[in-house]
Amino acid sequence: MSATQNEMGDSRAPGEASHNLHEAYAPVFVGARRSELDELLTRYPTKMAALLPALWMVQEDRGWVSSEGIAEVSEVLELTPAYVRGVVTFYTMYHQHPVAKHFIQVCTTSPCNVCGAEDVVNALLKATHCEELGVTSPDGKYAVIEVECLGACGFNTPLMVNEKFIESVTVDTVPALLASLG
Amino acid sequence: MGFPHTPHERETLVLSKHFGVQEAIGLDGWKKRGGYAALEKALRMEPAEIVQVVKDSGLRGRGGAGFPTGLKWSFMKPGDGKQHYLACNADESEPGTFKDREIMRWTPHALVEGCAIGAYAIGATVAYIYIRGEYTEALEKMNAACKEAYAAGILGTNAMGTGKTVHVYVHKGAGAYICGEETAMMNSLEGRRGNPRIKPPFPAVSGLFGMPTTINNVETLAAVPHILNNGADWYKTFGRADNPKSTGTKLFSVCGNIAKPGNYEVALGFPFKDFLYDLCGGPLPGRKFKAIIPGGISVPIQTLAEAENSPMDYEGFVANGTMLGSGGVIIIDDAQNLVKQIARAARFFAHESCAQCTQCREGTAWTTKILERIVAGDGTHEDLDTLLDIGEQMTGKTICVLSDSCATPVISGIQKFRPDFEALIKTKKVHMVPAQVA
Repeated sequence: MSATQNEMGDSRAPGEASHNLHEAYAPVFVGARRSELDELLTRYPTKMAALLPALWMVQEDRGWVSSEGIAEVSEVLELTPAYVRGVVTFYTMYHQHPVAKHFIQVCTTSPCNVCGAEDVVNALLKATHCEELGVTSPDGKYAVIEVECLGACGFNTPLMVNEKFIESVTVDTVPALLASLG
Repeated sequence: MGFPHTPHERETLVLSKHFGVQEAIGLDGWKKRGGYAALEKALRMEPAEIVQVVKDSGLRGRGGAGFPTGLKWSFMKPGDGKQHYLACNADESEPGTFKDREIMRWTPHALVEGCAIGAYAIGATVAYIYIRGEYTEALEKMNAACKEAYAAGILGTNAMGTGKTVHVYVHKGAGAYICGEETAMMNSLEGRRGNPRIKPPFPAVSGLFGMPTTINNVETLAAVPHILNNGADWYKTFGRADNPKSTGTKLFSVCGNIAKPGNYEVALGFPFKDFLYDLCGGPLPGRKFKAIIPGGISVPIQTLAEAENSPMDYEGFVANGTMLGSGGVIIIDDAQNLVKQIARAARFFAHESCAQCTQCREGTAWTTKILERIVAGDGTHEDLDTLLDIGEQMTGKTICVLSDSCATPVISGIQKFRPDFEALIKTKKVHMVPAQVA
């Protein structure tokens, strides 16, 4: 996001059409991605139903869902950018800003909490030099957040690093886990 | 450590029989184990016949509500000229529950088959499996299974060579507990924010895309092929002889402070005491069970005495102060601060509230604040009355039951474990009050 944009990512002049925005933005839905989306659209009776999958594609390719990404999705699916943003902000897994290289999401909901999840969070914060939850480490590599139930209760703490699911993490295995991320 | 464990001899393995068997994940391995025989049979039956078999079996929804599946299916009227939909709820996010994940990881074709049968039985040509975004492995396995099934002609416009159309599509969620609520899930599938809808109209009248829709849980649908293969009478043999209302087997996810956590499959009506001590190995060394939540965090907390007295079925848990729910058994032992865990549960609900209804949006937040204040040592005795009052205001007054679910552990916690709360309040920190300057 360029420095001239406000927090909503809107840098256009009043009245300017959205497709003239952000000349440097390379569209996601071209080539294979476009075919993938076209195939998806055959599965649903409305274009809107492909919104969550389309946003996933943007995030997979770009690492987050930018205002430009929202604008592109809204055009492709014939929705308004405001509507698409409304959906993006509802779901916690869409990133509304760039995230650290290793985005560590630790489950601390009750079943994990009674098995020591908070200790794992503290160990991760310390080992990654992240000052606090949600703050990216000084080297830009890590960010640690708490998330709600990951559906892997039962053993030690589960967490996700970006899209990768890692189970049974303990305070003792934190160093090896971070080393494996590179 | 990890899943699955070596089955205990007192388990009844139907759904979990092939958990841990790598070969069973793929289509060939699944067919070798009898896979898709039920679908082949089903596609040659009349939809109404299938619905009748499922009705006769006594199968009830395994997602939490326990609604009779055959009855739910019978609300759909094939031949009404409308497009029907089946939506499979794989948004398993009830804390303490991780059974559907195992079904999808180890036996993805069981779910594809169950969805295909269910869709055909309700006159739908399309089934969507809505899987929560965090379940990356389950998503991968289910996508691969669907792909294999299409390539083998099991799904598509000529399903198993019968000329019938059955599509099964996987739809990935994006992180919202509320999308496990069936009407929120439909909104999410349509590309909307996951806000629950007011009922009526019920999904069978106006559901997904405004069309008649049935929503079933993963475990419910995975049980259907077994019922068709072995018959309704076979399914009814599992359960307490004196309780014909709960039949079949059920997966229970066990987590928290217990010797052997994991997924266990038992016939409904199994004694919970034996389950906790024999199958799951009892408490951790030197500890004692304190509180037990048997059906995911939304159901009332049980005391140990209530739990030990419970038969594990829908009626058995209700008779002992709680509900079967999703079968996510959470064990909290005497080394834990129970109030802190209840506060953590409330925080979960405050985070996951969709904020449509005032009672829920405000109630979950205030409940969390008050509980966290008590845990921090700043609570007062009035706080407990306030919590009960808020809890009452949050129950039965909102569009969906998330609000009720937040109130449940709080109300049952205060009712059954009041001394724990009072002990924290008694140790209340004394704050210095500045003297009034005259």
